[in-house]
Amino acid sequence: MFMILGYPAPLMFGQLLLGLINGAFYALLSLGLAVIFGMLNIVNFAHGALFMLGAFVAWGLLNFLGVNYWFALLLAPLIVGVFGVLLEKTLIARLYKLDHLYGLLLTFGLALIIEGLARNEFGSSGVPYPIPSLLQGATNLGFMFMPIYRGWVVLASAIMCLITWLIIEKTSIGATLRAATENAPLVQAFGINVPRMITLTYAGGVALAAFAGVLAAPIYSVNPNMGANFIITVFAVVVIGGMGSILGSIVTGFGLGVIEGLTKVFYPQGSSVVIFVVMVIVLLVRPAGLFGKAA
Amino acid sequence: MFGFSRPQLIAFLVMVVLVAGAPFVLYPVFLMKVLCFALFACAFNLLIGYVGLLSFGHAAYFGMGGYVAGYAAKAWGFTPELAIIAGTLAGGALGAAFGWLAIRRQGIYFAMITLALGQMAYFFCLQAPFTGGEDGIQQIPRGNLFGMISLKSDLAMYAVVAVVFLFGFLLVHRIVHSPFGQILKAIRENEPRATSLGYRTDSYKLVAFIISCALAGLAGGTKSLVFGIATLTDVHNAMSGEVVLMTLLGGLGTIFGPVMGALISTAMENYLAQAGAWVTVIQGVIFVTCVLAFRKGVIGVLAERLKIQL
Repeated sequence: MFMILGYPAPLMFGQLLLGLINGAFYALLSLGLAVIFGMLNIVNFAHGALFMLGAFVAWGLLNFLGVNYWFALLLAPLIVGVFGVLLEKTLIARLYKLDHLYGLLLTFGLALIIEGLARNEFGSSGVPYPIPSLLQGATNLGFMFMPIYRGWVVLASAIMCLITWLIIEKTSIGATLRAATENAPLVQAFGINVPRMITLTYAGGVALAAFAGVLAAPIYSVNPNMGANFIITVFAVVVIGGMGSILGSIVTGFGLGVIEGLTKVFYPQGSSVVIFVVMVIVLLVRPAGLFGKAA
Repeated sequence: MFGFSRPQLIAFLVMVVLVAGAPFVLYPVFLMKVLCFALFACAFNLLIGYVGLLSFGHAAYFGMGGYVAGYAAKAWGFTPELAIIAGTLAGGALGAAFGWLAIRRQGIYFAMITLALGQMAYFFCLQAPFTGGEDGIQQIPRGNLFGMISLKSDLAMYAVVAVVFLFGFLLVHRIVHSPFGQILKAIRENEPRATSLGYRTDSYKLVAFIISCALAGLAGGTKSLVFGIATLTDVHNAMSGEVVLMTLLGGLGTIFGPVMGALISTAMENYLAQAGAWVTVIQGVIFVTCVLAFRKGVIGVLAERLKIQL
């Protein structure tokens, strides 16, 4: 068998792929967190819960309305986005004049409510979601067998990250958004409706989380804890990358996913903490984060 | 004495009387749980209420204190007071390491870093051999206090817990009202200004963090002796969330708030034990309500009504 550094190559590539998939979710989630933080100045603790909600919406669409995976991939982010508008308008908007910490505490409470309700309804074990027929099976890449769906997840997240980056960096909407992040009162003075922009930014950020949730649904069983397991790691990713840069979030997300995957091969016991260890090292060497500006 | 104002002294004496009388009316084990959490919340409040630092991973120090105290009592045969001291030192040592890392960043990042470090501590406890993994450390003996007084009876144990709690409570109060505490409050109000006055704010923050973590370890160690068990529940981030809830509900930056919050929260969990995940939902609703409409907390509002400081 083909070996790399004394480990069988298929094992290596398999874990690398799993790492890339986790990295894709880290990238999508930390991207949403960064966009929301830039505009609203709150850390959205409910991000993991809304990721989970996206998966459950996809499951509900399939089982109650017969809406298939592809439409769910479009509809679930939209529905969760509308829910996000509701949350921002009714609750989060009341906190902008207060200390940032209250935003964290409020969204933490929201996460508890959403996850608690899901746990009541579906139990802790969750429900299965089938892989769409088009993406079933595996393909032989010569050096490993790749389940097609897993390849799709990496591809779809990379495309979504790219689209988000293009919108923010290359379009006029993105330019306004970046300007408002820098100096909201000034942008408002130019006649732009900043409060509406804030609401839509929040909706967009949580829609990204829901998109990731739908992608994740066929891989992990759709369960109430799937977001809670992710969100703390994503926070560490955000600390490592710094929330200042869009591209930084994407690169850090994928990179850390790969590091985590490789740790599973070389030192399995360390795989659950490796991202936190990286965070500690980054804090020691570059306290502002890899892509962050010093405060 | 201890920097108490007159109303505070009266409130403190009322609390002492209640703590002393309660075990004859209510179930002592429940009360001991309340006192352990109250001490934990007081330790947490020292940071968020007086330094303005939101540590979102405080369960790590609480849980680690519990594990070390439990292990010392069971495997090394430490007497209870030594086991609790070992737990306190463990909480403080872990706090020194994590605090040293976390104070490199401010505000919201501090919260995220402490949360992530707390999760790291959780995974460590899940795999480290001395914690017993999923089983935890079970059948921790309460032992004999100073090697002489048996703590088998709940009332004897209660007396120890009450003394530990009152000691921690007074210590926090004394720290807050010391010159050191004044500087902490200055950092909370305006950190650049405190720096410009010549204070090394990072050192002050770190010392406050270590004290808070040591007290959390004290609370955790005491709790593991009371229940004879130290488990992953106490290091899990849900516990970190709970202590935030207690403090917020009782009143951030009030002296009696964390105690009241711990009482309400523990009582609620006790009565809603069969309700399963609804407890989580209710906790979430309390968070949202407190943040939106009730930021001063129970004691904060009460103090405002009575126009005194509590």
